[in-house]
Amino acid sequence: MATAPAPLSLSASTLPARLRAAAVPAGARGGQTRRGRMVVRAKIREIFMPALSSTMTEGKIVSWSAAEGDRVNKGDAVVVVESDKADMDVETFHDGIVAAVLVPAGESAPVGAPIALLAESEEEVPLALAKAQELANGQPQQAPPAPAEDAAATPSPPPSPAAAPAPVAAGTKGIASPQAKKLAKQHRVDLAKVTGTGPYGRITPEDVEAAAGIQPKPKPAAVAAASAPVAAPSAAAVPQAAVLPPVPGATVVPFTTMQAAVSKNMVESLAVPTFRVGYPIVTDKLDELYEKVKPKGVTMTVLLAKAAAMALAQHPVVNASCRDGKSFTYNSNINIAVAVAIDGGLITPVLQDADKLDIYLLSQNWKDLVKKARAKQLQPNDYSSGTFTLSNLGMFGVDRFDAILPPGQGAIMAVGASKPTVVADKDGFFSVKSKMLVNVTADHRTVYGADLAAFLQTFAKIIEDPESLTL
Amino acid sequence: MQSTAAASVSASAIASGGGARSEPARRPGGLRVCGLRGESPACPSLRISQAPARLAVARAAAATNGAVAGSGGFDYDLVIIGAGVGGHGAALHAVEEGLKTAIIEGDVVGGTCVNRGCVPSKALLAVSGRMRELHDEHHMKSLGLQVSSTGYDRQAVADHANNLASKIRSNLTNSMKALGVDILTGVGTIVGKQKVRYGKVGFPEKEITARNIIIATGSTPFVPKGIEIDGKTVFTSDHALKLESVPDWIAIVGSGYIGLEFSDVYTALGSEVTFVEALDQLMPGFDPEIAKLAQRVLINPRKIDYHTGVFASKITPAKDGKPVLIELIDAKTKEHKETLEVDAALIATGRAPFTKGLGLENINVVTQRGFVPVDERMRVMDADGNVVPNLYCIGDANGKLMLAHAASAQGISVVEQISGRDHILNHLSIPAACFTHPEISMVGLTEPQAREKADKEGFEISVVKTSFKANTKALAENEGDGIAKLIYRSDTGEILGVHILGLHAADLIHEASNAIALGTRVQDIKFAVHAHPTLSEVLDELFKAAKVNSGVSHSVNEPVAA
Repeated sequence: MATAPAPLSLSASTLPARLRAAAVPAGARGGQTRRGRMVVRAKIREIFMPALSSTMTEGKIVSWSAAEGDRVNKGDAVVVVESDKADMDVETFHDGIVAAVLVPAGESAPVGAPIALLAESEEEVPLALAKAQELANGQPQQAPPAPAEDAAATPSPPPSPAAAPAPVAAGTKGIASPQAKKLAKQHRVDLAKVTGTGPYGRITPEDVEAAAGIQPKPKPAAVAAASAPVAAPSAAAVPQAAVLPPVPGATVVPFTTMQAAVSKNMVESLAVPTFRVGYPIVTDKLDELYEKVKPKGVTMTVLLAKAAAMALAQHPVVNASCRDGKSFTYNSNINIAVAVAIDGGLITPVLQDADKLDIYLLSQNWKDLVKKARAKQLQPNDYSSGTFTLSNLGMFGVDRFDAILPPGQGAIMAVGASKPTVVADKDGFFSVKSKMLVNVTADHRTVYGADLAAFLQTFAKIIEDPESLTL
Repeated sequence: MQSTAAASVSASAIASGGGARSEPARRPGGLRVCGLRGESPACPSLRISQAPARLAVARAAAATNGAVAGSGGFDYDLVIIGAGVGGHGAALHAVEEGLKTAIIEGDVVGGTCVNRGCVPSKALLAVSGRMRELHDEHHMKSLGLQVSSTGYDRQAVADHANNLASKIRSNLTNSMKALGVDILTGVGTIVGKQKVRYGKVGFPEKEITARNIIIATGSTPFVPKGIEIDGKTVFTSDHALKLESVPDWIAIVGSGYIGLEFSDVYTALGSEVTFVEALDQLMPGFDPEIAKLAQRVLINPRKIDYHTGVFASKITPAKDGKPVLIELIDAKTKEHKETLEVDAALIATGRAPFTKGLGLENINVVTQRGFVPVDERMRVMDADGNVVPNLYCIGDANGKLMLAHAASAQGISVVEQISGRDHILNHLSIPAACFTHPEISMVGLTEPQAREKADKEGFEISVVKTSFKANTKALAENEGDGIAKLIYRSDTGEILGVHILGLHAADLIHEASNAIALGTRVQDIKFAVHAHPTLSEVLDELFKAAKVNSGVSHSVNEPVAA
């Protein structure tokens, strides 16, 4: 009957059930001594996430009982940690000043990870802050993305030492509301530098958030609509660093991991000098072929990928890439990455060895890849091994567009819709043919105009006489 | 609620009139309402009559009341000055005991609890609880719920509180009328032994005699000097309950029950709150461990900050384009520390007894800081320390335990004595609750108090705790925050105190308070069965976790008097 889990009965004798947080001098920890000054026996200690139970692997900080700048004595409870079993007070082993909180309340950290820095005296506080900065900027060892990003996004000048509670004392200026103070502490914003916009010049929570460069908290919004693939206004997009002020009333939805990855790649692509060459191609024969092979499960995507692969085989430089800025990297395989829009993002499954496999095998592979992509089960090799990318927006009726070259590849092809067009042949006879515009973006460090033109000519020949595709 | 309780008492049974006691059949399922306490607009227990069954009793009693003058030539057997929850409880019990009873009300029936305290505040807290839930995206999401937007209409919330108060008020009035309690309006003054004068301004005063008199005049919000109340930007709970505005930033002076409950309301409605507490710790009246957890659950995650160890020496309402100014001085050194600028200030520094004009000087009684001195039987003591015969004082006016249900219990205890049965109320068995989200409740001693008592009397105490995190029902509700704590004598198993913070803690405490009142020991109550899955299993686990050194087994079956 009592199916409830065993109660947590703490007997009086073990009461205040406090765990001692191990804290060792930072200098003693290997690998932390890169900077010379760290070698100096700075009295900065790390407070670690303790193991509160035998099964605990990570703990969530419920709250910090001590705030940054607080002086604590050995045995004081500094933090409340929620383990898989219970909330526990964790006390410090040493006297000192809590110089920096590395894992804010609400975040989790694995057992053993540093969660705060303890400085022995006022003088060491700036040193500890520098170290905190280092830890935050370096590898986010614990992969809690939020704090790392915050730290990076915030200009976060090492706050004036002991910018503790005192400075905003009496006087009319610098009055901040309770929540504003909480946020300032959390985001390390110096209230003295924030201009209040609230009633009577008071600093409001919004003012602090603006100063910290954070967007107002997102409201649960409609799921972001699936975005179209790599459509690209490559005009000098502003790097993300500058955060624009929020539009009043707007809804802010943070990037998913995939969207963040796309964003990162797109910004990186700005470092590559690209150029574009377009080419019109008559597709009547390709369409005929497509009608024939369609019942066998072959898609237009596969036909285009196969054609591109065959053309690439003849123009290896377009399949090459520039990785270090001073050499060509010729790829031994021709792997065609195909941009696919999926819910809330974009992914590029790769058809490996597209020049060698026949269209039926490729179609089979493609089907598997798409299935995996939708189930989010693609392995890194399935989406990152491309040597050339194909992006097709023809199905939307787009006649031509411009693609952004993904970092690490030499060229990307943007395929528009095939449309009936009046064509005059060399004898002056008019006829209506289906024509599509293909636009290739390439890295000019490795691929020159003539290379690309020649590649496109070959590609066009294959499309216009597609029998070779079925071989 | 409309249980047709079979309380058909024949008129003859009661009509024996005067001092004779009627059959103890009545009290058809009393409905208990209310709940604030502490230095608060305390409230609790009031019983509301049930319609049909009651009427028979009422008529019978009414006949009794009118027919004979109280025995021995008195107009009444009992006159109660003040129709709050305490007076009401006493009146109902008195009628039950066959006493001819009158109640004098100078303001409105229901007193603080019903009109300016626990009742309307519960209405506001019901709103804040729901707002809080709807706003907690994480909580909603984990239950699989989606809420697009939430908002509230301040006036509608205020109306809800006001409507609730009038409903309960009319219930109270009707219950007394139905039972035949004479409700006399005006301010009551004791003019001499067993003699009361009452009357409204502008009306001729009347004098009545009573065999026994109970003073139950209650309290008003206490406003320390230096604080200027304007009712708009600087106000007490009396104004706050009308919810005429929801300020962006409100300072709450005092972090006891009232302050804490209002912080729950205001933060849920979007205000930011600053507590000003004279003692070094927030929530000073609570068990320290509970206070600490309460701070983690009710203060830290919310838009609340606080100043402790400071007095608000001067508070000026907003005027001339200036905000509310609060001057803080150090509680010990009295040095000026800081000036707060806020949009509003709620003064929740406790309550002061309302005993002026009672005519106590006529019978040689001197109040102490306004409180009427009483002994453990609520008998009023005169300036020489002697009991004033036939005069009692209950509720906030005596200051023993400023809770509505305590007043009611004291009133019932007095009526018992008047009726010839000695009765001493065990105040340690009276529970208290704070209706925040989650709630806090307690009964008996805090751990430090228990340790002190143990040291003095030479026994050992044990403490056990259980967590709401281990309770199925709490987890189903996604409300695992909270603990229950039991303090008991290690040798005898006597329950000394129980403290709960968690979902519906206020409703859970009664198992413990009843155990204390009845002298039930831990080793006995642990065999009581609790329905599964319910929150009551938190206490079940608590009792089961307690270990008693059975070596010395002398039972404490007698309630411990306080």
